[in-house]
Amino acid sequence: MVDTKVTLCGIELDNPVIPASGTFGYGYEFAELYDINCLGTFSFKGTTKDPRFGNETPRIAECPSGMLNSVGLQNPGVDKVISEELPKLAKVFNKPVMANVSGFSVDDYVYTTEKLAAEEQVGWLEINISCPNVHGGGMSFGTDPCMAADVVRAVRKTTDKPLIIKLSPNVTDIVSIAKACEDAGADGISLINTLMGMRLDLKKRKPILANVTGGYSGPAVFPVALRMVYQVSGAVSIPVVGMGGVSSAENVIEMMMAGATAVEIGAANLTEPFASRDIINDLPLVMEKFGITSLKEIIGAAH
Amino acid sequence: MKQGIFSIKENTQLTPTTWRMVLAGDTSAVTAPGQFINIRLDGHFLRRPVSVNDVKHAEPYTGEGLGTGTDEGAVTIIYKVLGQGTEEMTKMPAGTKLDVLTGLGNGYDLSDAGDRPLLIGGGVGIPPLYLAAKELLKDAKSRGTDREVTVILGFNSSDEIYYADEFEELGCRVAVATADGSVGVKGFVTDAFRALASEEGFTHFYTCGPEPMLKAVYEEVFKGAGISGQMSFEERMGCGFGACMGCSCRTVTGYKRICKDGPVLRTEEILW
Repeated sequence: MVDTKVTLCGIELDNPVIPASGTFGYGYEFAELYDINCLGTFSFKGTTKDPRFGNETPRIAECPSGMLNSVGLQNPGVDKVISEELPKLAKVFNKPVMANVSGFSVDDYVYTTEKLAAEEQVGWLEINISCPNVHGGGMSFGTDPCMAADVVRAVRKTTDKPLIIKLSPNVTDIVSIAKACEDAGADGISLINTLMGMRLDLKKRKPILANVTGGYSGPAVFPVALRMVYQVSGAVSIPVVGMGGVSSAENVIEMMMAGATAVEIGAANLTEPFASRDIINDLPLVMEKFGITSLKEIIGAAH
Repeated sequence: MKQGIFSIKENTQLTPTTWRMVLAGDTSAVTAPGQFINIRLDGHFLRRPVSVNDVKHAEPYTGEGLGTGTDEGAVTIIYKVLGQGTEEMTKMPAGTKLDVLTGLGNGYDLSDAGDRPLLIGGGVGIPPLYLAAKELLKDAKSRGTDREVTVILGFNSSDEIYYADEFEELGCRVAVATADGSVGVKGFVTDAFRALASEEGFTHFYTCGPEPMLKAVYEEVFKGAGISGQMSFEERMGCGFGACMGCSCRTVTGYKRICKDGPVLRTEEILW
């Protein structure tokens, strides 16, 4: 019998598999397909202070081994998430959930984090300072170490629950930003958010996406993500949650060997609705294949 | 929604750019005309969403409505060659296995059809109306009521015409419009509608087609003639089952996902 359990910021997970924010809604679309309690946990749709429609459509473009999205943080706002989405989620998911928070100012982040942290269902807060698809906020906090630290220090004051800061790969030096977040009081780092890209419609001679640019995700970005997880986990002493193109149990193990304590699954959920469940089912077999008895033992093994 | 492996039974060309594919497999998740399936193609990351043109559930079929089949049914799709993915589909021989998500989207609600429903289809938007017409006529027959189904089909030119005969064989009254006037009414589906408008009394309409056509139909048939209807929309999709928010639109009743809350919207809720 192999042991798939890991501990993320003091909370034990049955396995390290976590569907990533924005690819799993608030859980119940997938709960119609399978019992989502098999998951380690999941990170729910990025939530902001006020309701947002997001960007105009088209928001999706295909790429080699991946896709671009420019959804732009569509969500019903934190109050409705608490009054409507979380009660619905409680009916289908009985584990602590990861709340994903976005904002356009430090005050936005503080407001939304404080409200979500007060919810018993919420185990961790994943603070997204890396959304590439909104203007005047989001990623701008995640591309500068000082601004990243400002957000972390401010949200730190609102809760003792674990704060995991989600970083952008669209930077020159992701390690310096991760360190700034650690120094400011973060309990963990998650990476990577999507890589900024674009595609054109050759007939129209214009960008496919209404937002012009979007975030690239899918198997194509896995090597980039793995490299960044390796670098960041080697430089900080807090846990790292790895994500970016993970689509198999082998990818999960590779991310963990690179230094991830847990692993998020993103785009794979969209093209293979059973992907996260299937990866969890495959994990024990793949562990045996590589002589792994406990996933805890392999975290950072490549360093 | 169900995920299943389907086997291609037939893949035939209908027009220079339009093909029909019959896929055998578990059709039980297909519960309404206007729904779509999402097909995985090797070498492409995103699945290809295609509307259901027809479905034949496994025998014995209980006649209790759609959705009672088991794993020996068949679903028919009609697809237009638009890019590399659909181009590759044309080359797939019978027997090819495809990974397909079925039963996606809300589909048309046929309960409001009345005794003189009007179906309006343009180009690649025509296929889902075939199953709608079939179900509308079957429903009327099973209830022993009279129902006249009128179908307006719009194409650019005569070489693009398909399924006009199939609708007639079902027992529909068919009017064709071509933009170049080579067959039927010269112009768009709305021109064909005006030609029919002297015969008033359409009870409800169902439509699918390119967005400019939908907008014209909305103005002419809903706003102009005062007939309520249901319109099927298209949008670039990520997942096709409501998870990614890639295909959202604004409606009178709030934000809706074309893939999950649509693709069919009612005229009363549409915001252009």
